[in-house]
Amino acid sequence: MSQAHEKQNPAFYAIIALLVFMSVGPVLLMFVNSFKLDVDIISGTTGLIFLPTIQNYETALCDILWYEPEHLDFCALKFGGAFINSLIIALISTLLTLVIGCMAAYALVRFRFMGRDTVSLTTLMVRMVPPAVLLVPVFGLWNNEFCLDRDGLIGGFIRDTFGGRGDVCLAGTHSGIILVYVAMNLPFVIWILQSFIVQVPRSLEEAARVDGAGPFQVFFKVVLPLIKPGLAAAAIFTFRIAWNEYLLASALSDRNTRTVPILIVNNMSEFNVEWGVIMATGMLLAIPPIIFTLFASRQIITGMTAGAVKG
Amino acid sequence: MRIAVANRLTPYLFMAPAVVIMAIALMYPLGYMIWGSFRDWSPSQTIGEAEFVGLKNYVTLWGDPNFWESLSVTLTFAFFVVTLEMLIGVGLALLLDRNIRGMSVLRTLFILPMMIAPVVVGLMWRYMYHPTVGTFNRMLDSLGLPTVDWLGNHALMSVIIADIWQWTPFIFILALAALQSLPRSALEAARIDGATAWQQIWHIKLPLMMPVLIVTGLLRLIDAFKVLEVILVMTEGGPGLSTEILALRISRTATEFRELGVAAAMSNYLLILLLALTLAMFAFTRLQEARAARIRAAVEEES
Repeated sequence: MSQAHEKQNPAFYAIIALLVFMSVGPVLLMFVNSFKLDVDIISGTTGLIFLPTIQNYETALCDILWYEPEHLDFCALKFGGAFINSLIIALISTLLTLVIGCMAAYALVRFRFMGRDTVSLTTLMVRMVPPAVLLVPVFGLWNNEFCLDRDGLIGGFIRDTFGGRGDVCLAGTHSGIILVYVAMNLPFVIWILQSFIVQVPRSLEEAARVDGAGPFQVFFKVVLPLIKPGLAAAAIFTFRIAWNEYLLASALSDRNTRTVPILIVNNMSEFNVEWGVIMATGMLLAIPPIIFTLFASRQIITGMTAGAVKG
Repeated sequence: MRIAVANRLTPYLFMAPAVVIMAIALMYPLGYMIWGSFRDWSPSQTIGEAEFVGLKNYVTLWGDPNFWESLSVTLTFAFFVVTLEMLIGVGLALLLDRNIRGMSVLRTLFILPMMIAPVVVGLMWRYMYHPTVGTFNRMLDSLGLPTVDWLGNHALMSVIIADIWQWTPFIFILALAALQSLPRSALEAARIDGATAWQQIWHIKLPLMMPVLIVTGLLRLIDAFKVLEVILVMTEGGPGLSTEILALRISRTATEFRELGVAAAMSNYLLILLLALTLAMFAFTRLQEARAARIRAAVEEES
């Protein structure tokens, strides 16, 4: 932008300041409150005059702290474990979605093959399926159909070797949740990446092929490096959904695979909400997306506009 | 020869993982759900044990006033959310489409709300709406105004406000992108001809942005039917049924009332609704492409 910035009316800046305040205000409020004791939150000492404390964070993370916080005699909130679960699930599902989605998008853009139109239309259609619609079938399937039978071959083997009931279900495992997230995010990732792959000049790929590279080499060595911005955008959107999702995770997880959103909702529905601790957990859940936003807002915006403007 | 076969297989190899995963975890469940919606099915049974009841679940829902209440809440929510967000978002884009310092910082701050987890958004707003300790009522109180029962009598409105806070930036960003890709020559010509700012907006900018705006609106509309966590955390569908949108009702029917068959039938109704919307969007983009191609052809013929 070499153009000089225009001088604007002061009222204009006032409007902008107001808008910034409105969009960031609630987040800041939560941030500030997460450092307050419940007494301070409820008594309503408005403003910034309070003694900041990390007690709420200590309560939330008590199961992975190396010391025992003084104000706690029992660690009720297993937030640390949930945080690790969330990280595992979100990272692995993002990675898988990207690799698989990228290959599919490339095939859809670059090759003419039988069934191409069907696949591309289906991808577009399943984009609109809400998680709530998947709830019932996924719950049923993951608990019943997608199980290793305890009398079956592998189930019997597991029972004899490791003991236990011998039936292994997808429900209650990390992989079960990851599988849904990958499937749920694939259509969107394929859609976004298509619009980036189209822009890669064909001549580059042909040059590589003339030099003797196979289709997989062309893909990994020529195309992938060129669509990095698209990959970044797709990665952020996938991570965001996998990290934030509540409904399907709550249906599929058990005590050991619970993710952070489930924990927050469970604590919210109790009669006496401990605002300070809840805000601290909320803040911890919000931090990764906030970091992404601050460092990669350009990619996010490109991804968003590529999705809609070229749709 | 071997190479030729390998080349022919390449697209299928590239597609295979995606197709397999989507078939197992998306298409098969959807089929399973349609099958299950014809059964009287409780969570403790496998689907084979459940009794086949034909269209009973659908008919039950059709005569269930709670279902209609929930559907009307969903539609009201979607309508107000999309309309207001479009108005505010496009308005802001028109207002802020200027060459000012720090625009990228501004955009970063604006997209913050939609990156944050819906659960956390619900949590923040539930705190701010709290009848006694909440920010809004405390503010009203200190101004000497009567307090408002946000999540009580005005629950639906409060939920709509929270969604507007979270998703208006989406519309804003897309509208701004559309504005900045408009042909400068048309705007220049209008300015030289002495068009006022309003005339420029009304007769040039808005009509040129229309295709993007319609797609954006439809995307937002489809997403509005997916909203669940924000409302779950803020009101849990209450008070009464006043904020129980369809997605929430499906999840409650499945987990609290333990009637998977009915929940599946309800999911199907929702799916049909969304399918119609998606088809509308698809048809619209196709129409747009055809029109653009026609115009391009006409231009080429003239020259």
